[in-house]
Amino acid sequence: MAGWRPGFTHLLGDRGGLVLLTVLAAAAVLVPVLNLLVPPTAAFHVPTYLVSLLGKYLCYALLALSVDLVWGFCGILSLGHGAFFALGGYAMGMHLMRQIGTRGVYGHPVLPDFMVFLNWKELPWYWHGFDHFAFAALMVVLVPGLLAFLFGWFAFRSRVTGVYLSIITQAMTFALMLAFFRNNMGFGGNNGLTDFKDLLGFNLQADGTRAALFAASALMLAGGYALCRFVVNSRFGKVLVAIRDAESRARFLGYRVESYKLVVFTLSAVMAGVAGALYVPQVGIINPSEFSPANSIEVVIWVAVGGRGSLHGAVLGAVLVNYLKSYFTGALPDAWLFVLGGLFIAVTLFLPKGIVGTVPALGPGRCWKGIDAATTQLTRLFGGGRTQL
Amino acid sequence: MNPAPAIGAGHESLPTILYLNGVTVSFDGFKALDNLSFYIRAGELRAVIGPNGAGKTTMMDVITGKTRPDAGEVFFDETVDLTKLDEARIANLGIGRKFQKPTVFENHTVFENLELALAGDRRALPALFFRLGPAERARIDAVLATTALAPVQDRAAGSLSHGQKQWLEIGMLLMQDPDLLLVDEPAAGMTDAETEQTARMLREIAASHSVVVVEHDMEFVRDLGCRVTVLHEGSVLAEGSLETVQANPRVVEVYLGR
Repeated sequence: MAGWRPGFTHLLGDRGGLVLLTVLAAAAVLVPVLNLLVPPTAAFHVPTYLVSLLGKYLCYALLALSVDLVWGFCGILSLGHGAFFALGGYAMGMHLMRQIGTRGVYGHPVLPDFMVFLNWKELPWYWHGFDHFAFAALMVVLVPGLLAFLFGWFAFRSRVTGVYLSIITQAMTFALMLAFFRNNMGFGGNNGLTDFKDLLGFNLQADGTRAALFAASALMLAGGYALCRFVVNSRFGKVLVAIRDAESRARFLGYRVESYKLVVFTLSAVMAGVAGALYVPQVGIINPSEFSPANSIEVVIWVAVGGRGSLHGAVLGAVLVNYLKSYFTGALPDAWLFVLGGLFIAVTLFLPKGIVGTVPALGPGRCWKGIDAATTQLTRLFGGGRTQL
Repeated sequence: MNPAPAIGAGHESLPTILYLNGVTVSFDGFKALDNLSFYIRAGELRAVIGPNGAGKTTMMDVITGKTRPDAGEVFFDETVDLTKLDEARIANLGIGRKFQKPTVFENHTVFENLELALAGDRRALPALFFRLGPAERARIDAVLATTALAPVQDRAAGSLSHGQKQWLEIGMLLMQDPDLLLVDEPAAGMTDAETEQTARMLREIAASHSVVVVEHDMEFVRDLGCRVTVLHEGSVLAEGSLETVQANPRVVEVYLGR
């Protein structure tokens, strides 16, 4: 029956997603191999700096995916998702700080350097437990999730929507930035957390660790994508789109809109937190500038460029814009902000559906439709029945 | 009890499904509803007419929980106080609403629109794992047939004609299977043929549901052939069969005479 399909064929029918998952799986294997096993003199060698750079892009892509989930599918334009990313990053950073141990400049066995510098005598209560990786990992999920839950509880219940919601998300990340800048918050003030040594006993400067972090980022992004796809294909996801398109209609049908928004917003914040946690060991530092409102706005631009409301588009947008950023900040540093601004204006005016929604060859359907048509022709030519995926 | 008029007779012994008493709603001093009182019996089809600003849409807003009245009581099924509940609770109690402007989920297919309206669990987390069963698909197919939308079930609702959107919205109300349907101007912007078909659809629905229809179009109200309530400046001006109210001099003065 048309209009009704069992869930798994949705995944099979999701061509853009299949391409993305294939590319991620290949990258998770190939990039480490080309980095570790191919000698540096060979043409195909991937240098370590590039491994970390690509790993960073993948973390940004996961962040973009989380923004697309709430903005693209539920119409919640969050301009504060950088806060959840940064909180996940800080939770990981705290663990990495505790792992330094006596190898810090001051050689204190428990206190991180900045605390010794501030003449603190003992560890603040909220730093306890972070010496255990499992605890830190739990906090990576819990802290952004809890903040999003509380924020959403009040915001969605009060029916704050549209631009007002965007403004208060922006205020939230700004307030956190100011708070984390203060030295007596106990998170290293404006220097943040850095000088990390190792993670789970592996040296963070070693090529092998870098490659493993890259692979972990690729797998996490693939997992995040599969999770988002499951969510948006479920009835829950259909209700999200219904809320995005006609919120009061959804209410009068009996859907408790605030519950749906709360669940998706919290899930999205958790994803952003995980992205931040993978990001920090790869870039080697986390500081309050990660909370800056401009960062969160940039994420929205990535999603808009790639294609709002198509999950693989968000990934593509994040990687593409960040590649451009790496290029321009290296080659023409003064031009970057103009490029970014111009890009946003150009996308809004000429590609309202983003790259994925506009460029046919990259669109989820066209190219595959072509292949489908070709296979149909071929099977007809050879007299065989067409095999389904 | 009020003397029963000729049309709408046969419901007097039935319970009151909707009861409004002394309902007043003010917006910045303007009284959109002014001491409005009326009631609907279970199974009744009722048309509510009145000039612009008479308070018809505000009345719907009060019943569905979108607007809280400043004074007065609103009871559903004789016991449930609607002024204390929000839209989702009221919808789940069994009151469906169709908006004046057709409001469907434009990016979903016709089928999906009906699926979303399907009566059932509305909670967020179970929705993640919901699977459409054969009984539910059969219900959707039945409503597709009633609303003449079966041939376009896989099209995005946004691509439907105005009339089809109105029918889809009525179909969504049917999927909700409410006890009481509130229908705001279902014939607005429709062709004559579509208007007739809509009236037929609503009479069919009224056979098993209580329906309140707000309408401007007199021909359409005549097609419905039901009892009529005339609102004016937020309260009831007249009530009875269409002929009775059309003969009422005050109605002629404020509404029909213009």
